Parts: sequence; C-alpha cells; structure tokens
Amino acid sequence: MSPHDHHDHDHSPIEDGQGPPGPFQILERAVRELLIEKGVLSAEQIQRQIENQEGRTPELGAGVIARAWTDPAFHAELMEDARAAVAKLGITIPDAPELIALENQDGLHHVVACTLCSCYPRMLLGVPPAWYKSKAYRARVVLDPRSVLAEFGLTLPEDTRIRVVDSTADLRYLVIPRRPTGTEGWDMERLAGLVTRDSMIGTGLALPAAE
Amino acid sequence: MGIEPRFEPGACVRVADRQPQGHCRTPFYLRGRNGEVISLAGRFHDPAQLAQHRPGLPKLTLYRVRFAHIGLDGRTTQNEIMADIYEDWLESAP
Amino acid sequence: MTSTRAMHDIGGLDLGPIDRSEHPRTLHELRVDAILILLTSPACGAFKVDALRRAIEEFSQVDYDHLPYYDRWLQALTNLLIEQHVLSRGEIDARVAAITAEAAHGH
Repeated sequence: MSPHDHHDHDHSPIEDGQGPPGPFQILERAVRELLIEKGVLSAEQIQRQIENQEGRTPELGAGVIARAWTDPAFHAELMEDARAAVAKLGITIPDAPELIALENQDGLHHVVACTLCSCYPRMLLGVPPAWYKSKAYRARVVLDPRSVLAEFGLTLPEDTRIRVVDSTADLRYLVIPRRPTGTEGWDMERLAGLVTRDSMIGTGLALPAAE
Repeated sequence: MGIEPRFEPGACVRVADRQPQGHCRTPFYLRGRNGEVISLAGRFHDPAQLAQHRPGLPKLTLYRVRFAHIGLDGRTTQNEIMADIYEDWLESAP
Repeated sequence: MTSTRAMHDIGGLDLGPIDRSEHPRTLHELRVDAILILLTSPACGAFKVDALRRAIEEFSQVDYDHLPYYDRWLQALTNLLIEQHVLSRGEIDARVAAITAEAAHGH
C-alpha cells in the first residue's frame, strides 16, 4: 500500500514519510509484503480492517450510555447481557471476549485497567489511549487508584469506594458513568455528547450539563 | 478440572501462589490473596495452552473475584480490586 | 510468597507519573494492529492472541522496557510467524535487507 494512496475519510493517519524508515517500519513492510505474496492476507483485507477499527470510536459507547440513562429496559438488559443489548443498537461485538457493564453509583466508582497487557473493549470504544497501555497506569492503578485518578483531574468524595477492575481474562468492561444532574428531558443525542471516553474507562466523569 | 464449577457466588477463595509455567493471566499482585467470588463468567479455553498453540481443553470456569485493596502503607483501604481468575488458580479459603 | 514476578506483570509497582499525551496513530501503527487482528482472527487462525501475549512476555527486560508498544506487537507476531512456519527467518531477513538497500539508494 503506497503512502500516496488517497483516503476517503477526513482524518488521514500521520504519514510515516518523515526521514528514512526505521528498522521496525522496514520489518512491518517486509512481513506485510511476504504475507500478501504467500496469500495469508491481502492488501484489501488489511485496508478493510484498518477502516473497520477506525470506525469504532467512543461515540459508539456514548450512545450506549445515553440509551442506558434514558431507557430502563435497555439499562436492565445492558447489566444482564451487555453484548446482546448493544447488538440491538446495531453494534456487533465478537463472541469472545465477553462485555460487562459496570455501573457507577453514589459512593461507588469503577475504573478499568489491564495490568498484564492492554485488554480493552475496542470493538465498542475503539483503540485504547496510549496512557491506558502505559506501564505507569497499569502498575499504579491497582496500587493507589485515588492518586491515579487525581492525575486525571478527578477527585472523588472522601467516602467514595473505588473499585478497580483488572481485565485479566476473557471479559471486557464498560463503565456506565453517572448521569449528570440538570439533564432531565434531554434527548439521547444531547446526553451522548456528555459521555467522554475517559468516563467509560473510569478515569473521568461525564461532562456536566452546560448552562 | 470437571465440568461443574467448584465455587459459587459468595465463596471465599484464595488465589494460588505458585510459579506459573509459561503464559499466565493470574497477576502476581493477587497471588496468595483471599477474595470473594462475585459471579461466574462462563467457561473458556485455557489461555496457557492457547499461548502454546494447543486447543486449551477442557475449558476452565472463569470467576469474577473481589479483593480488598491494600494501600501503599500495607493496610486495607475502603477501595476494592476485582479481577477475573480461572478456576485452576483458585483454592477454597480457610 | 512462593512465586516471583514476571517482567511484564507489573500491577502494584510504583512506576511514576502517567504520560497522558495522545497522538493519532501512524500508518505504521494502524498496519501492525490490522495485521495482528487479522492473523489472530478465526478466518486466518495463524495463532491466538494468547500466543502473541506469551511472545511479548518472552522478551528480554530491555526489549520490553524500550520497544514502543506497537513494535512489541510487531516483533511478537514476527516471532510467531516464524515459530508457526508461516514465514522463515531467512526470507524475512532477505526482504528486510532488500528494502533497506532500496531505502538507502532512494526510491
């Protein structure tokens, strides 16, 4: 795939064209070319997969949260069988790993991590941010979650219990942030606009209702 | 490892403290810790075997387990850790 | 405790401040990600994602600490493709050499 190919979407990825290719860029090209030549993968498959993954963004998750906030039946199903619930919104998640919704409540705040690598609900939220995959986050969130959240600008009330959820196995987690006050009667689209990626990981809250 | 799960929700369990042989999804910081089974998450192929290109059978029951959080000073805090632990890494806690 | 802490198993260590900067992924990163997803998908089934994780866990401490995230995955998938006899070390080295020579002489 030439770096000069056009992309239809607005945001082109950063081109790698600055300066000579490094050894890993060369290795990637070598492996990719060999896999294509041997028929293991095709260039079209790779491009489709890139587009498929780029199409998964936190907006998908935000829509799920907004519906959970406004539709009690959906909310109940989300807590019972999250994969089936989001499938009804047209979001298909592969069978494994399984998806579980974690509901923040008065006095209980969830934050998700993968201390062993970088497991994340990517088919719902897109790829995780670099900090989620960083050694510092993975190491410290189970050691001192309150100070990690403070680094994200999040100070919870003294008596709030923080539940750190370590994605060690075949389950992936979506945090349902608390619905901001003053949003009664808001439609789902407007509500979804308050749901940040970080609020669905647990390193932030949903945005407050604007004036 | 049988088909029937060894533990029910509410069971007090202890995470095994043994040296992993190869790939392991039971983190070091939880080994030897006591916890409470919150729920059963289904049965999955053994990741240690999948990591070696083996089928990973028989499937293992996966448990969602809650642990007290131990802070920097070595004392438990009001916070909690939850992790997903395969049955072959859990024992009954005394 | 009986068991020891593996190099990648860092939960609970006090590792310092978190770098929260973000950048859009580069084409290189997008490609590495796409290739590993495709190789571990049921349709291709070259190996499982568990094998990829295991391959990373077998890195030296130096490599684990210093290789950027996507290059860890790239190295791991390369190692596994060789382990599973999908590609050979020789043909990868030959292609790397050819591409390197091409880059040195200009396109």
